[in-house]
Order: sequence, then structure tokens, then C-alpha cells
Amino acid sequence: MSQWVLKGIRTGIRSTVYPRAPESAPGVTPGRPRGANLGASAPALVGRCLTHALEQVDGRVVVEHRRCIHCYRCLRDAPSALDWENTYEWAGGGVTAAGPQEKLGPPFRHSIHVLVVDAGDCGACLNEVKQLNNPYYNMHRLGFFITPTPRHADVLLVVGPVTDQMRFALKKIHEGMPSPKRVVAVGACALSGGVFADSFACASGVANVLPVDVEVPGHPPPPLAILHGLLVAVGRKPSVPLTEPAQEAALAGR
Amino acid sequence: MNYRELVQRIEGRWPAQTRVRSTSNSTTEVTSPAPVLTELCRCIAQEWGFCFAGLIVEEEANAWQLRYVFYGEHDLSWVHVLVGAPLAEKVFPSVVRWIHAADWHEREAEDLFGVRFEGHPYLGDFVLHNDAWQEGVEPMRRGFDAQAAMRQRLPDTDWHPRRVVQELGAFVMPIGPKFSGVTESVHFQLETVGEDVIRSSTRLFYKWRAIEKLAEGKTVDEVLLLAERFAATTAFAHGLAFCQAVETLSACELPARARMLRVFLAELERLRQHAGAIQEICESTALVVANSQAGMLEEELLRVCGELCGHRYLFGLLAVGGLLSDLPTAACRKALGRSQEILERLNALQAQLRLSSSFLDRIEEVGIVSPDAARAYSLAGPVARASGLVRDLRRVQPYSGYEQLSFDVPSEIEGDGYARLRVLFAEAHQSVRIMEQAVSLLTDGPTCQPVTLRPDAALGWVEAPRGAAFHWARLGSDGRIARYRIITPSFTNWHSFHLAAEKFAFQDFPIILSTFDLSVAENDR
Repeated sequence: MSQWVLKGIRTGIRSTVYPRAPESAPGVTPGRPRGANLGASAPALVGRCLTHALEQVDGRVVVEHRRCIHCYRCLRDAPSALDWENTYEWAGGGVTAAGPQEKLGPPFRHSIHVLVVDAGDCGACLNEVKQLNNPYYNMHRLGFFITPTPRHADVLLVVGPVTDQMRFALKKIHEGMPSPKRVVAVGACALSGGVFADSFACASGVANVLPVDVEVPGHPPPPLAILHGLLVAVGRKPSVPLTEPAQEAALAGR
Repeated sequence: MNYRELVQRIEGRWPAQTRVRSTSNSTTEVTSPAPVLTELCRCIAQEWGFCFAGLIVEEEANAWQLRYVFYGEHDLSWVHVLVGAPLAEKVFPSVVRWIHAADWHEREAEDLFGVRFEGHPYLGDFVLHNDAWQEGVEPMRRGFDAQAAMRQRLPDTDWHPRRVVQELGAFVMPIGPKFSGVTESVHFQLETVGEDVIRSSTRLFYKWRAIEKLAEGKTVDEVLLLAERFAATTAFAHGLAFCQAVETLSACELPARARMLRVFLAELERLRQHAGAIQEICESTALVVANSQAGMLEEELLRVCGELCGHRYLFGLLAVGGLLSDLPTAACRKALGRSQEILERLNALQAQLRLSSSFLDRIEEVGIVSPDAARAYSLAGPVARASGLVRDLRRVQPYSGYEQLSFDVPSEIEGDGYARLRVLFAEAHQSVRIMEQAVSLLTDGPTCQPVTLRPDAALGWVEAPRGAAFHWARLGSDGRIARYRIITPSFTNWHSFHLAAEKFAFQDFPIILSTFDLSVAENDR
């Protein structure tokens, strides 16, 4: 047994510097496309996007991150590629959390119990959530703990588009959580249904079933993005808009 | 056995009843009348030593076509047994009496198509849970209208196995669909009279997204996204199987560079997936430092993938006809170097685990699957190879250039949790060995080739990290997918999971579950 203790000590601390400072190791994020002014070649690029995440507003291609599934069709082999940004602070405020909510007071800021529910996820989002417990991310140091029971949970983290056969269980879990509570939807499938959006056997996103407070786009969002989402949920980090100003103006104009 | 011998045997036994023909792609199709089916399948699987791959049901314009897929070694690769019937006749003989592995395939077909199998002991409530869908809904039928399908959303919280142990002090322990920390959704009922699990029942398909239905009418590129993303921990393997199925429909030969890059990436994914499986085994035995060490290795491999090709789960790289973009050879070398280093640390971890008696006590001689059971359930992947059933599609039916590479197929005979762990470690080693050869065989040249597809159907197969995966794609005359069928190793292995869980104590259950390395997403589709 002592050899394990030694091994642990010799390994030292490997945790990321995030959120104190940005993490810059290669491969921690898949990155995502950034909107750009492409002029005449915009329609061709928008046409390559299979999940309709790209939209054309005048000559500008804007990205709806809730739909982007990192298929790289707008980067690889594309006539005029979009730039990719290697960021990971992606979480935004939810669209359906209507009305005033009970505030998460100071006691919650540094001790949050998270219940993770798989509502039809492909395994990647769940695997990235699992990585939060490995030494590189070590969510415990930030006061986040995974709990198996709704009764102890403050945050409900949902992955997957919510299949019909998980809908009832998900609702029951949400009802079983004490207030105040927050719902964090993780992954493009949980936000828009992703590639499963057209399926008759699942809802296209958690917001169709539960009020969502924080949305974490990405397919899957890397562990740092999920960590950012949790920090947003407890008010320790500001949220990031999920749509570009140009896109919002276009939506408002319709 | 070669093709001629097979024809002689079949025609000698059932003269003028069956029709045997050799199609392209080393496949033999045997068209059989329904009364002969059971006996024919029994001979193929039990007397002639073929492995059962799966059942593919197709609804044609006015007839059913059921396709039982078998594969053998080297000489005679694939045997498809076809049975047809007019649409109005929905009853076929069941083959489960002789091929136990067909059990879940028949249950699935009954649930989704409404065809019945005479002689099957237990049909009903399988994919479509009775509490979410009304009886009589047949979603895979052509005329199915999702809007009109009446759904009853009354929860049936009383779901229980058909038979429950009746004994003084007996009780049933329900687990899931939400249980433990970060787990996929699946429901278990463990029956017990004290400490030991007497019987375990698994209820799956909570995550059923109807991928096969969703794929119908979509373009090949759209379905490739589905193939990659329905079970993302083994995304590259499934994407590859689909690409290979579709590429069979064009006469083109893939560029050598694309083939070797595909092998390299598939093995990188296997290495990462095995590291993840090892981490889960360490976690289930509550060995904290080993869990952290293995977790670090998995994360480092994810970063290697991310650095090499952008995405940590290798999404968005495959294309029909090759790869969407080229990977520089230097970057592959670098990824290989990192993988070799990680493998060394994985070996050090194994050496240390081997000396940890508390770990071995928990994992040795639990969750035993006997070689006979493995054969009867036609298990796949590391689980099968730990029970002495040495099957590896990379070896018996090589694809994408595996025939040029030398590697071993590790196997064990004990069939317990520790044997499965040893197989995972040994396979990780072989994966790096294959990656080394693949990088050295990388030639300059294009990585993608334009393909023209003809409307037909074809089977693609890969040895995914969890075992044999088969993708069947039928292309319609409009160039869109008319039928897509996915047979995954997790579907095969979940079928046998109850065997391993039974006769062991409650506290062994998480360990047995983790050593099986099952994916629910892969099963539920």
C-alpha cells in the first residue's frame, strides 16, 4: 500500500491553473468556428453546414453555437474556411429560466453538489464530465462535488437531447431536488438536439422539458467548458453570449 | 471450408429448397424457405463453426427480407441467410434455440417491426418501454407516422422481471436508471435473499434515439455524422464501419495513405478507450491513487487526439472515400511518441496493480463468464477474449490494410474480472505496436478519393474497442440511405451481462460492471 502513497506524492500536483489563469496546454479544447465576413462565398459555406449552425446575415456568416457539432465541414476542405478559436469559456445564460428565482446565497459559492443525469447522451459529454474528477481538472478544489442523489443536489447537470424514455425520470429527479436549484444543460444535443434533433423518439433539447439556467455549447464541451458552466451557475464567472450581436439583431428584425 | 464445399453441403442436404449464390465482397447468400431456416442456421453456426454476427430486417415494397449474417475465417468470409415473406405474413421461425446470440436481435425486430418469431420464449417490452409507448407501435415500418403514434406517458414504475425469486427473505433491489456518480442511464433489478445476487435483470434502451429510423432518407454525409456521434467514446470505429460499408458500393480503391491513417487513428482511439476502461476499473475498486493515475493517462490521450486532429474524440475526420483532411506525418510521429510514453506508464501501473493484494482480492474470480457461455452468447471484444473466445475481425476479416500489419490478439481463459483487465492492458500494448507500423507505412499521396455510389446494400465491419461492430447500409436509387442497421459490441455483450452479475455479492456488482466495459449509448442507439 505504501507504494501507492509514494506514487501519489511523487506525481505531484497536476491540476490546471484555470480558473485563476487561462489554460494553454494543447488538446484541451476542440475549439469552435468564429463568425466572419465572407462576402460572396458566404452562401457556399453556409450550405456546407449540415446542422444549420451557420447562418448568413448580410455578407457575414454567424455561428449558432447551440447547433454546432464540430463536424469541421466549415474548416476542412472548404473553399473559404472560417477561423477557429481555441477557447473554452463558452457557457451562457439559459433562455428558458423565466421569472425570479431563489438566489444561490453565499453558502453555495464554494460548496456545490452536482447531480449528473444522462438523458440520451452519446457518451462523449459524459466522459468529459467524468474527466472533471481526474487530477488535471480536480473539480473538488473548487468546491464542486458529484452526488448520486437528487436530495443532496444543488445543480442538475443534464447531458443528451432527452429521450422519450428518460423524460419521466429526468422530471422526477428535478422535482426531487430541494430549492434553490439550478439546471445546467451540457452539450449541443442538450441545447438543440444536435444530430438527434429530428428523431421522433427524443425531445430536441433539455429546455423542452425543464427550465434551463446555464447552457454549455460544444459537442462535447471540453472539461474546462463544463467547469466554466458550473462556475457560471454559481455566479463565480460571468456568462458568455451564445449568439453574435449581428445574429441577435437579425432575429429581432424578423 | 471453401465456397464449393459450402454449396455442396447445403445443396446435398436441402436439394432444390435453397438457392446459393456468391455475391461480391466475398459474401455467400443463401436464400432459404422459412421451414428450413432453423436447421440451416443451426448447421452454419454449430456444425460448420461460423460466428453469428446479427439479424438485419428489411421491409421491401411488398415483402419482408430477414438476413442472418454469419462470418467465418479466411477462406469463406461471410454467409448471409435470407428469408423472405409477403408483408402480410409476419411470423418467422425463431432460431434462438440453436443460436442464443440471436435472442435480443429477434426481440428488437419484434418490437420495432412487429414481426413475430415462433418459438421465442420471451418477446415484448424491450426497446420500446411499455410505459412510454402504446402497444402496436411499429416505428421501423415504412408507413410509420411519428406524429400519429399515440404515446401514453403514464409511468409504469412497477416494471419488474417476468419471474421474481420467491423465497423467505427474498427481495429485489432496483438500481437506476440514474444511479451512482457519472453513469449512463440503465436500470438493473438485483434479486437476492441476503448478500448474493441470485438473479439480475437489465432494462436497457432508456436512451433509445431511433438512430436507424433517423438515418432513413438522409444523405450519406448526414448519416456519417450519426454513425460517428451515436456512441462517441468509440466514434472513429463506428464512423469507419459506416464508411467502409458505403465504400463497398463504389468500385474505387482507397488511397494507401488514407487506409494507414485510418488504422493509426482507430488504434489511437482503442488505446484511449482502454485507458478509460482501466480507469473505471480502478475507480470501482476504490483504489484512489491508481484511479488518479489512470485518469491522467486517459486525459493525456484525449489531449493527444485533440492536438493531432483538433477533436478530442476524433470527430469530423472521416469522409466517404478517405479522410476529410490530411494529417501531417510529423504530427502522427509526435502523437505516436506521446502514446509510447503513455504506454510505458500504463505498464508501470499494471505492474503496481499486480502487487496490490487488496485490488486483486476484489477483482479476481468475480464476474466469471465461462468459455461455453461466451460461445453461446457469441460475445465480442475484450470480454470474449478474456473468456478464451479469440475473435478479432482485424485478424479474421482484415480491413483497411490490417492484413499488412503484424500484431497479436491477446487472450485469457479464466473469464473473470482480472482476466478482462489483463486483456485490456495487453491490447493497449498491441495498439501502440500497430500504430508504430502504421506510421512507418505512411506513404505520400492523397487522403481522399471522390467516389460514385451505386444503389445497393453492403455490410461494413470493424473491430471497435469494445468488439465487433457491423454497419449495414442500403442506398436507394435517389442516393439516400434507405435502411441503416447498426450491430454494436455492447448490444452483444449486454445480453450476457446478467451471467457475470449472478452468484456474486452486491458489493462486487460495480466492479463486474466496470470490467465489462459496456456502453449504453452504443447499445441503445
